[in-house]
Amino acid sequence: MRRHMDEHQQTLWQFMHEQSDKLFAQTLQHVGLTFISLLFAIAIGLPLGILIARKRKLSGTVLGIAGVLQTVPSIALLGFMIPILGIGAKPAIVALLIYALLPIIRNTYTGIIGIDQYVKEAARAMGMSQSQILLKVELPLAMPVILAGIRTATVINVGVATLASFIAAGGLGEFIFGGISLNNTNMILAGAIPAALLAIILDALLSLVQKMDFKKLKKALCILPVVILMLGGFYALPSAYGSTLTAGFTPEFMGRQDGDLGLKSTYGLKIHTIVISDAVMYKAAFSKELDVISGYSTDGRLKAFDLKILKDDKSIFPPYYAAPIVRDEALKQFPQLAETLNLLAGKITDSVMTDLNYRTDYLHLTPERVAKDFLISTGLYKAPKNGHNGVVRIGSKIFGEQYILAEMYSMLIKGNTDYEVSTKTGLGGTKICFDALMNDQIDFYPEYTGTGLLVLLQPDPKIAKEMAHDKDKTYDYVYTEFEKKFNIKWLKPIGFNNSYALMMRQKQSKDLNVNTITDLKNYLDKN
Amino acid sequence: MIQLKEISKKFGDTLAVNKASFKVEEKETLVLLGTSGCGKTTTLKMINRLIEPDAGQVFINGENITNQDPDVLRTGIGYVMQNIGLFPHYTVAENIAVVPKLLKWDKEKIKVRTQELIKKLHLPENSLAMFPHELSGGQQQRVGLARALVTDPSVLLMDEPFGALDNVTRTSIQKEFKGLEELKRKTIVMVTHDVQEAFELADRICLMDKGKIIQIGTPKELLYQPVNDFARKFLAGQRLALEFKVVKIQDIWPYLPKRALQDGKSLSADLNVWDAMELLRSSDRSELLVSGANKDSKTVNFEQLTKGFNQFQNAQAHG
Ligand SMILES: Nc1ncnc2c1ncn2[C@@H]1O[C@H](COP(=O)(O)OP(=O)(O)OP(=O)(O)O)[C@@H](O)[C@H]1O
Ligand SMILES: [Mg+2]
Repeated sequence: MRRHMDEHQQTLWQFMHEQSDKLFAQTLQHVGLTFISLLFAIAIGLPLGILIARKRKLSGTVLGIAGVLQTVPSIALLGFMIPILGIGAKPAIVALLIYALLPIIRNTYTGIIGIDQYVKEAARAMGMSQSQILLKVELPLAMPVILAGIRTATVINVGVATLASFIAAGGLGEFIFGGISLNNTNMILAGAIPAALLAIILDALLSLVQKMDFKKLKKALCILPVVILMLGGFYALPSAYGSTLTAGFTPEFMGRQDGDLGLKSTYGLKIHTIVISDAVMYKAAFSKELDVISGYSTDGRLKAFDLKILKDDKSIFPPYYAAPIVRDEALKQFPQLAETLNLLAGKITDSVMTDLNYRTDYLHLTPERVAKDFLISTGLYKAPKNGHNGVVRIGSKIFGEQYILAEMYSMLIKGNTDYEVSTKTGLGGTKICFDALMNDQIDFYPEYTGTGLLVLLQPDPKIAKEMAHDKDKTYDYVYTEFEKKFNIKWLKPIGFNNSYALMMRQKQSKDLNVNTITDLKNYLDKN
Repeated sequence: MIQLKEISKKFGDTLAVNKASFKVEEKETLVLLGTSGCGKTTTLKMINRLIEPDAGQVFINGENITNQDPDVLRTGIGYVMQNIGLFPHYTVAENIAVVPKLLKWDKEKIKVRTQELIKKLHLPENSLAMFPHELSGGQQQRVGLARALVTDPSVLLMDEPFGALDNVTRTSIQKEFKGLEELKRKTIVMVTHDVQEAFELADRICLMDKGKIIQIGTPKELLYQPVNDFARKFLAGQRLALEFKVVKIQDIWPYLPKRALQDGKSLSADLNVWDAMELLRSSDRSELLVSGANKDSKTVNFEQLTKGFNQFQNAQAHG
């Protein structure tokens, strides 16, 4: 165990060392993001707090709204921002600002109304004007409380800023979520540890400022805005575009051989790239925030957002099968499970899957409805037997196709066996899903052979390359290796091939006359 | 000169001040006296517009104060608060300098004036750099006073300026206070609920009850010509001590023996009986030499003093 720990720490250190450029850049971005939004939050929150301390009737409303805003889940908030502000720095800063607002408004308000009324009266009695009272008496006396609010806001911001990477705003979240997608613990820690340290250090520094006496505080308060501004400046807005087009890739795509690495090595593609989450990528392409994105060939949003797949003329994106992977233990426990799940084998072709995805992504039908309609149309649907012979736990990753498949399996199991079903859908990335399977928290989930090969097994690059263009060979390889390594079985392929694809807006592809990835490279080289 | 014309103030259902009118002459000290909650503070605050009256007018030096900018008005009026109200984040020096800074005095002038004041008010030199919480209650009140006096305003409002002190300290500060030259050229309205203090410091006393003015007059008038039962009862408890304070040697002059035995330095007959008794008790003298209004002198000892006082009292009662 000890040895294991040592090894582990060393490799983490190595990783951080190796990636020190990136780590440094991300940390600066993170600090910058935190402080820019903090600056705006202070610029808005402080006057608002003063206003409601003056007009107490407004306090309920203002604090109420700020409170509600803070309860909006961060991812949802980021999602709301995209249609208005697009992706990147702007929406991230606004979202962070919104989270930082409540503690700043609240503490300014309580700080000011908490001042001894006799002191305020004395100020008035001596002939100070309202603004003199504010600047010379109220704000200085409320300052320790206001600083406590700023401190809380800073710590919150360091935490929420990790999510900025979802919408291509950078920060340490890139490592954290990249690591989760790529099954790379070192990468996760390389992001998480600096983020935690940052929170602790900033908290400690601000607590020092907060505890200063009035004289020192006066000086510190002159410096503080400068410091905040400087730190905010670390976040050089990503305006230094290296190319005329901008690509948005998922963290997983960034780290895969059949992804960004392949694009670079095989095509020599040089494009300004930002890291973004799968959930918002298509929308960003549609709203012209991005020009090129990494998607899945079967994704319904392709149609929904009028995107075109660029032909992979040097075939770096091999097609892969999708199939349920099941723990051997579960197969033993539920003898009917394998045959039930295999009912779907070969039933869903590429075009069918694309169509099903389109129904959820574009027509906004529920995955349950889409799954049921399909099963009925193919004669596979059976009414639930409501059996009580143990519970099968289904997992799925956090995108549309996986939800539909999970629903189908759930219905098949309920209709054909006496097992009950519980679904755990929306498990973040590959790593989260696979870890849940390994740790006996789910019994199976749909996986892709390519992901199994490149992300989960991570074989020698030579072996991977050999296999890359033959989907059956890949299937055989992961089948045997998973059994050997993980005691997990790949059931029969569902039928459709899924592969990564580069996509562009239809119109742009036509305008630029870019139809293949080579076209794209040539276009970029020329411009 | 300060004049209040029928000013009233209501807080919800309580009529805090009910048609109060009075006039304070130039350089006069008027003391507002009354039990807790009778409206003293409210009356005082309406003079510098910390509270706006519901009805009535206030004139300072003949000018209606509602026509003046309240901030300008207040910088021109010294105000000592009931609760001291020093700025906790300012040093003593900074606290004293608040109004001069508002009036844009230069630094040197502020410094000279501050030094002068802390000497007069017997504050230690090193206290200037301290924060209020590092001072004793009595010292804080002196700083509060210094803050009100620093620009030498002609009008001074004081709300229980010695309220936070124990009796011993209070008496000594009152004495010092009375002796301050600076205060003698000011028009002062002072609030207290302490009868002794009122008698000690007032030129005239304004006795209040439940928002209404009961009687305005000199201490002597209040003592010997109370307008009603309330006024009489208000002073009853400490009557004798008050009478000693109010009655001067000059008042009992006819009741003192005629001869002057001694030569030497004589005291003024303006001395009140209380002070004369204190002198006799504390010094090793058994007799005092006093010179009266028409230049004749008399010597008195303790016995003669009390006898004379009693005769005066009897004459008052029957006359
Ligand atoms: N801001 C206020 N709001 C409501 N009621 C008030 C307010 N200020 C004073 N009062 C009421 O008005 C009355 C007079 O108050 P005021 O402070 O003038 O009394 P006071 O004579 O100064 O008493 P004390 O000797 O206790 O200081 C009291 O009944 C008090 O409760
Ligand atoms: Mg009062």
